[in-house]
Amino acid sequence: MIDFTLNGIPTRLDVADGTPLLWAIREQAALTGTKFGCGIGACGACTVHLDGVAVRSCVTPVESVAGRSVTTIEGLAPAGGLHPVQEAWIEDQVPQCGYCQSGVIMAVAALLEQDPAPSDEVLEATITNICRCGTYERIRGAIRSLAETTEP
Amino acid sequence: MADDDRSVEETGRPAGDDDGAETEGKRGPLGKWTRRAFIGTGALAGGGLVLGVGGVVFAPNRMRIGPESEGGTGQLTTWIKITPDNDVIVSIPHCEMGQGALTGIAMMMAEELEADWSLVRIEESPPEDHFANGYIVRAFVDETGFSVPGWFQRAFDYASYKAMDVAGMQVTGGSTSTRGTGQYGLRVAGAAAKEMLLQAAAATFDAPLSELTARDSRITHGPSGRSATFGELATLAATMKVPNDPVMKPRDQYRLVGTSQNRHDIPSKVAGAAQYGIDVTLPDMLYAAIAASPVPGGQLSEVDEAPATSMAGVHEVVRLTEAVAVVADGYWQASQALAALTPRFTDDGRGTANTESIYAAHVAALDEKGPGQPSRDAAKTVSVEYRVPYLAHATMEPMSATARIANGRCEVWAGTQDPLNARRTAARAADLDVSDVVMHNQQLGGGFGRRLPFTFDYIEQAVHVAKSVSPRPVKLIWSREEDMQHDYYRPFVVARLRTDLDAEGRPLSWASRFTGSRLADGGAARPPYEIDDIDVSAAAPPVHLRTGSWRSVQYSQHGFFVESFIDELAHEAGRDPVEYRAALLSHEPRHLAALQRAADMADWGGPLAEGRGRGIAIVEAFGTIVAEVAEVSVEADNSIRVHRFDAAVDCGLVVNPQQALAQIQGGITFGLSAALYHEITVRNGAVEQRSFPDYPMIQLSNAPRVNVEFIASDAAIGGLGEPGVPPVAPAVANAVFALTGQRLRTLPLRLA
Ligand code: FES
Ligand code: FES
Repeated sequence: MIDFTLNGIPTRLDVADGTPLLWAIREQAALTGTKFGCGIGACGACTVHLDGVAVRSCVTPVESVAGRSVTTIEGLAPAGGLHPVQEAWIEDQVPQCGYCQSGVIMAVAALLEQDPAPSDEVLEATITNICRCGTYERIRGAIRSLAETTEP
Repeated sequence: MADDDRSVEETGRPAGDDDGAETEGKRGPLGKWTRRAFIGTGALAGGGLVLGVGGVVFAPNRMRIGPESEGGTGQLTTWIKITPDNDVIVSIPHCEMGQGALTGIAMMMAEELEADWSLVRIEESPPEDHFANGYIVRAFVDETGFSVPGWFQRAFDYASYKAMDVAGMQVTGGSTSTRGTGQYGLRVAGAAAKEMLLQAAAATFDAPLSELTARDSRITHGPSGRSATFGELATLAATMKVPNDPVMKPRDQYRLVGTSQNRHDIPSKVAGAAQYGIDVTLPDMLYAAIAASPVPGGQLSEVDEAPATSMAGVHEVVRLTEAVAVVADGYWQASQALAALTPRFTDDGRGTANTESIYAAHVAALDEKGPGQPSRDAAKTVSVEYRVPYLAHATMEPMSATARIANGRCEVWAGTQDPLNARRTAARAADLDVSDVVMHNQQLGGGFGRRLPFTFDYIEQAVHVAKSVSPRPVKLIWSREEDMQHDYYRPFVVARLRTDLDAEGRPLSWASRFTGSRLADGGAARPPYEIDDIDVSAAAPPVHLRTGSWRSVQYSQHGFFVESFIDELAHEAGRDPVEYRAALLSHEPRHLAALQRAADMADWGGPLAEGRGRGIAIVEAFGTIVAEVAEVSVEADNSIRVHRFDAAVDCGLVVNPQQALAQIQGGITFGLSAALYHEITVRNGAVEQRSFPDYPMIQLSNAPRVNVEFIASDAAIGGLGEPGVPPVAPAVANAVFALTGQRLRTLPLRLA
């Protein structure tokens, strides 16, 4: 049994310790926007926010989030709304198959929260998600346009 | 060509075979089908017009579906509805892999219809049940209230036929007939609907057709200034005769096609709401993890179930012929329990194969074939060998399928590139009649050729597992490792290329001997260059890993051979690689233009930063010509880094430029991961690679900048999903040669 806050809602899930947060979110909480890509922390498809920081939920044991706050793609913006990163993703038509994009969006949103105009070095070191469709050019472009709009 | 014929007959009847010239059609209960679009119309219950559009499609050869299969018969797959509210709703079978197929198709329809694009809605797919094969008729009757003539019903049953083909055209590439059919089906329907609306307007305004203009979902009578919306005219239009030969717009009158439009599927993808196969959730559903024989062809011989069955949440250990699966309350429990098992598999006598022995077998097959005859007056003969490895697709979404067997019926939920064939696979596995199987197709987290016919092992497995937990539904999810090790790989190929050069270094002949199939690969193996004597032939090697279509199929291997070799010849001749190619392409003006454009974009011959080299390659695939220039450097650890790609693309018509661009950029990235990193190797009969760490992908940090330009061309519409891939590896290899003098003839590219 684990108690935590999921997308702003106090949540109790009946999951065994050791279960990765990914599967608790997808199966117990029935939020399937967070994706499974590798299960070993290598692709970023499962990225969520843990107390505002991007983490890979497939390698985050569920007991480690007890009492903490988890945000998934479904909770990134208030219901019915879009986060600026999601808006930029539509504006720049970033996704192809889209499977990796929940994770990419979560990783980018967390980064821009910390560093609204990241340098190339920071960007490349932080956004290490794999996109098999190869949308990197547009990911970069969308981040750049977001960074511009936040600059003073 | 025949594909571009079109024929539309009156409501209630398919186009018949009236020219007698086509013999490939299949005679069935509906008469003989030909390669034509056919349209059925009806009135919407609350008023309005509906057209059902079908096309007879010959599946691309590479999918190995002959015209005798159902793939060669007619389907009403797509719908245009014009409502009294003046909405245009296009329903297209849902099979979106990320190329924007549905949006592109709808744009082509709207162009011919003269619809206001802002009033066009795409129905991603009818909701699951509507789309389910066999139910499509009922679903549409329920939804629209129009009655379906008896003969239609069979045709409707094909409705889930792959959107790859419906979508066809440039979005997914494929054979000419695929693109032809995909392209003209909906265009004809749009044009037909427009003519029916015009007839309705003529009757309403009592005016001759010649005085009426359709534009932006409205028909205007010029002399009187009267006008009516499509919606106002739709109900009357539904009673009009379907034109036999609707007039299509010439390309220079296009207003919508050729402009960048947003894809309709993107909002749900950025919201995390899009449902992929792996996301399917049903009441009472169980989860399964699976481990199949590591050696292809192996069978499960023994497994002690106890370690798994004693674990919490585990329901069952299921023994399949070639695999063992564990069913549990959750996927994590299932996968942990699976990991606790130590199943034994037979190896079908293939347990000793390794990459070296596979290579040796390919070489032996080529040796047996022997070289081509040298030309008598050759000044010099060049003869080299290339080699490319097996490659995995590694779609982001691992293979997954959900199945339920209950009450003598089987339902399957999965993302496939061909729901129709997936359904047949499921029927066989369930031992049921196809009519008792329902396939609910889902979004695909990448396809690239992995989710095509004959590669539906994951669906077969899900059905078998569902049998043992019937009537509960079960979702089977492959681990990344299972996915990497049980793919239908891009074939391993060894190729020997040989040419005789005259005194000026011009090729007198070109011989390519490669392992594979001449039938399948021969076209790709032929160089586009002006050479008198071209001789390509294949030797069939013994097969080890199972193989399948991989983005751009045989062009990805042969593009590397041909474009590396021509570069070697340029070097032999002491000529610039662009100039050398250009001299051999005077008979191919589209190639020449693309070559030149890419060279200009990259400032070919212009100054380069210290430590950088450029290479070029040009390949035509699926009707599209792509020339690419790569700019590379060699890093301190001797790895190759690609900084920039410039690509010039002639795909005939560009439907949605922003998507065309995305497809080429994506193709280049896909090709680059393969060129630099990817290699599936075999040890003791099994695949060695397991996951992304040993099958690494290009990421943001090493993704090159990619510039793409499209060359205006009036050529037939070509593919875009695949043709960006083939020039990548040779362009990079050629750049590495220019920079280092090392000619790399084996993929992935690794410097000595
Ligand atoms: S699924 Fe978590 S990093 Fe790949
Ligand atoms: S959009 Fe398909 S994997 Fe990224």
